[in-house]
Parts: sequence; structure tokens; C-alpha cells
Amino acid sequence: MTDKIATRAAYGKTLVKLGETDKDLIVMDADLSKSTMTAEFAKAYPERFFNMGIAEQNLYGTAAGLALSGKTVCASTFAMFAAGRAFEIIRNSIGYTGANVKVCATHAGITVGEDGASHQTFEDIALMRTIPGMTVVNPCDAVSAEKLLEQVIGFKGPAYVRLGRAAVPVFYNEEDSVTIGKANVLREGRDVTVIATGIMVSEAMMAASQLAEEGIDVGVIDMHTIKPLDEEAVINAAKTTGKIVTAEEHSVIGGLGSAVAEVTSKHCPVRIEMVGQHDTYGESGKPEELKEKYGMTAADIVKAVREVY
Amino acid sequence: MDTKYFADVAARVRIDVIKAIYHAGSGHPGGSLSAADIVTALYFKEMNIDPKNPDKPDRDKFILSKGHAGPVQYAALAERGYYPVEDMMSLRKLGSPFQGHPNMHKVPGIEMSTGSLGQGISVSVGMALANKIDGNPGRIYTLLGDGEIQEGLVWEAAMSAAHYKLDNLVAILDYNGLQIDGPNEKVMTVAPVDEKFRAFGWNVIVIDGHDFEEIFKAFDQARECKGKPTAIIAKTHKGKGVSFMEDEAGWHGKAPNEEQAKQAVEELGGEW
Ligand SMILES: Cc1ncc(C[n+]2csc(CCOP(=O)(O)OP(=O)(O)O)c2C)c(N)n1
Ligand SMILES: [Mg+2]
Repeated sequence: MTDKIATRAAYGKTLVKLGETDKDLIVMDADLSKSTMTAEFAKAYPERFFNMGIAEQNLYGTAAGLALSGKTVCASTFAMFAAGRAFEIIRNSIGYTGANVKVCATHAGITVGEDGASHQTFEDIALMRTIPGMTVVNPCDAVSAEKLLEQVIGFKGPAYVRLGRAAVPVFYNEEDSVTIGKANVLREGRDVTVIATGIMVSEAMMAASQLAEEGIDVGVIDMHTIKPLDEEAVINAAKTTGKIVTAEEHSVIGGLGSAVAEVTSKHCPVRIEMVGQHDTYGESGKPEELKEKYGMTAADIVKAVREVY
Repeated sequence: MDTKYFADVAARVRIDVIKAIYHAGSGHPGGSLSAADIVTALYFKEMNIDPKNPDKPDRDKFILSKGHAGPVQYAALAERGYYPVEDMMSLRKLGSPFQGHPNMHKVPGIEMSTGSLGQGISVSVGMALANKIDGNPGRIYTLLGDGEIQEGLVWEAAMSAAHYKLDNLVAILDYNGLQIDGPNEKVMTVAPVDEKFRAFGWNVIVIDGHDFEEIFKAFDQARECKGKPTAIIAKTHKGKGVSFMEDEAGWHGKAPNEEQAKQAVEELGGEW
């Protein structure tokens, strides 16, 4: 766990790799190709890359048209402008039609940093998971991002992949299996289970080690797929530990925490503390400072665990 | 007209922009510098505003639709006396009112929080409409990027402004030819922009966006034009005033290092 790589970097690399064999793979962007890393695909296969300019609604509308004509399309911009600006186009032209478009959105959450509130989205998971038939994936590191992206691009149908700006610790090994819809139990624990997604997974692991020293035995689950949610893993956690903490770089309204609560409330009601953005906008600052200010660090998970313990 | 005064102010504005972005370690110098003369002209002559009374009801309003150029708006407001220039050196730092993209609740003189491209002109249409309803003489000015006008929302707003005959609205296009991924014509062609706005029912004026006489003349013509909104197509250079930033797409969203910032400030006639 020494290297730090952004999940968007894994995205750029995966596109180039898959583009070599999959000649139907089309990649699109909206004037952010160097930031989203689709520029790497553009360099390798310029004839299969389309920059649509600063026009996110048309980006996803056009992506739908290409997909409905037989192409596999990865269309990228910042998460704010993908899930936000283009929501209704994604819902109606991609979701409703079942178009084979992968909405691969980068720069999600507070770790956008200095650009500030207008660019920091905490709503994208909530928005995307309400669309019927939409697969929603939020990898925690570069290795799992690559594995999940290969599967996402490999199946036919719409998907949303949430990728980050900041370099994050590499967690998984190449041999580890990471499968869409199947949660990964990274650590078993008897007392409390932390269900985390995205960059909060490594924070959860740090929190668990710290709590172990206090004698609190915490399990950690990487919930890389928010939809379809691994309900069995959630119910199992609720039954074995009886207390759950969820952790996401996203609003606690409508995101992973809500998705987990929807399952437990029906099958096995337990106490849940949610770590995430609490109904407020972000602001400019360094990613690490912001994570601290807005309560999305290992320390906040520790606090939440103590709360329910 | 003696334009030296405005050129001097614009140079100070550019220096403030460079210093603030240097201290922040990130930000958007290219599009801030291309807009410096236009923004200076607005705040120092064209607009009816009062730094002592930023909320006076009959004021003119400026909406920075291309919100990433926040530093140029912060600098012009500072030079105009809304707050000390030193204040904006906290740009982009945690807790600073000077956010990466302007926040109307944190800095006096900012009329609208922007940063998501295309929305500023739409909100400007609403403000112009409100002034019509209220018989308020205040005029609305908005600045757009040439990449920004690729957003469909811009043209929805343009259509509605002409439909409601908003002659109290002026949209200025910072036509520097560049966006993030390169020149407009490589990313997504926007030309011919004058014909587009004309076809949407606007009064169109094409000028050199670094020539104060032309800028002021265009504002005068806009005020005289009745029954139509005015689009001023201002031909500009991204990074204007700093030799190594001029017409370079790479300086869209990158902070200068110390050596570069020092050179930039000196080229602009300032002290490091
Ligand atoms: C809706 C939206 N999409 C994308 C972005 C990211 N973005 C910020 S600036 C920019 C390029 C702007 O180019 P242009 O309008 O030409 O600005 P200028 O050259 O004047 O700096 C982009 C794509 C954004 N801020 N908002
Ligand atoms: Mg431009």
C-alpha cells in the first residue's frame, strides 16, 4: 500500500488497453480530456475519439445515438457536469433506452479541492442510482478501478463509474478478485462493520487498525458497487455485528448510507451512523484539509464507530 | 480619449491576478488576462456602481459567466475599492472568501456565484427581465468564454433575451480562440459567432477586446440600441500581457512558479 495513483489514471490506461482489441469502443469528452485522461485514448486511437466541446447534454445525447447504433461508448467529463448537468439526458436517452453508454465521470467529491463548491459534487451517486437499470460503480483504488472498468465496458447496458481527481493509495493486488455487484470483505470484525466506498475505503482500514488497538473489533467492506447493491453482504454485516457505519465521499442523503439503510430497514434493522457530506456545499482548499473540515477522514469513522459501539 | 489611465489600471489588475494565482498554487491565468481590459472598462467607467454602497438598487450588474476567470473580477473589485488588494491573496485557500470560482455570499460586488459554464448568461437574462418589470434603469453585463458558448443553455438564453427585447442586457464574448483541449476550431467549431448572435436576434458589435476606445464605443452603441440585447464580440488573446502565456492553451488552468510569476509581474510593469 505504498503507491498512490488516481482512479482516473487507471481509467486512461484501461481505455488504451481495451481500445486495442475492441474496435467498437468509442471514447468521448467535453473539453476536459487531459483531466479525465481520455486524452490517452485520443492519442492512441484518434479516429475513435470525439471531443464534443463544452456541451455535456449533447455529449450524452450523442453517446446514446452511437451506442444505439452498435458502439460501446465511454463518455467522460467531471462528475458535476455528467450526473448533474446531463442528468435528464442520461435518464431518458441512456437509462430508459438501455443504451450501452458508460458515463465515466471524474473529479467527484470534496477531493476536487481548490476549484471549490461549484465543481464538488456530492449528489451524483444519489442521482445515478435512482435511474432504473443503471449500474453504479465507485472504485477505491487504481487496481480495482481497472478491474471494474473492464467489466463495466464488457457488459451491454448503461453504467456510471465514479472516479477521483486525487492520487489515492493502491490497495488491491493484481490477483485479488473484484466483481461488479459483489462486495469485498477486506477485514472481518465482531463489533461494528464499516461499509465504505471509493476513497473512504482506505480511511476505513486506517480507522479499523486504530480501533483494534482500543479493543474494538471492526470489519471493513469495500462496497465498490452501489447498484446493484450486494444486499447479502449488508444483511450479513447487520446480523453479525448489529451496528453499521457507512463512509462515502458523497452526501449522506441518497448515497451509500441511504442504500444500505434501505436494505437493513427491511431485512434486519440496525443502528447506522453515516460518514459523508452532511447536507452542505463544499469550498476551496486542499483535498486533505477539506476532508478534515467536512468530516470524511479515518478520524471521523473512528468517532462514528465509537458512537454506535 | 485618454486611455492611458485605463491601461494602467488593467496592468495593475493583471499583476494582482498573477500574484494571487501564484500564491494559490492553482487557478486560471489565461482567461483572466484575456478579459482584464474588458472587466476594467466595465468597473472603472461603463457601470453605474458604488463600492461604498455595493447593493444600491439601481446599480448595473456584472455577471462573470466564465466563472473560472474569478481572479480578474476579484482584482478589478479590489482596485475599484471594494476591499484591499491584499485580501485576495488568500485565493483558493481554506476559509478564504476568494473561492476558486466566485461566490456571491462571500465577496462584496459579486452578483452571482458562477463556475459551471453557461449558467451566468441565463441568470443574466432573468436579472435583465426583473429590471424591465421593475422599471429599474440598471443594466446587466455578462462575460462569456468562446468555449463556454458551446453549451446549449447559452443559446436558449440568447433566444429568450431577444424574445423579451432585453436591450438592458449586454453579453460580451471573450473571443480568445482557445479552450482547455486546444483551439475552438479543433475542439468544437463556434465560428461564425457574429452571425450566430445576429440570427438569434441580437445587436452584434465586433471589436478588439484590448483596445479601450473600441470597448467604450461598443458600450455606447449598446446603450443606444433599443429593443434588442447586444452581443459584443471582443477579439482577445489568452494570457494577454505576459509574453510566455499569450495564445498558449497550456496556461488555461496552471499557476506560474516563482520565477515565472516574477517575470510576468515585471513584464506588466509591476514590482515583485
Ligand atoms: C459546465 C461546465 N463544463 C466544464 C467546465 C470545465 N471548464 C472550465 S473552464 C473550461 C474551458 C473554458 O474555455 P473558454 O470558455 O474559452 O474560457 P477562456 O478561454 O475564456 O478561459 C472548461 C471546459 C465547467 N467549468 N463548466
Ligand atoms: Mg476561450
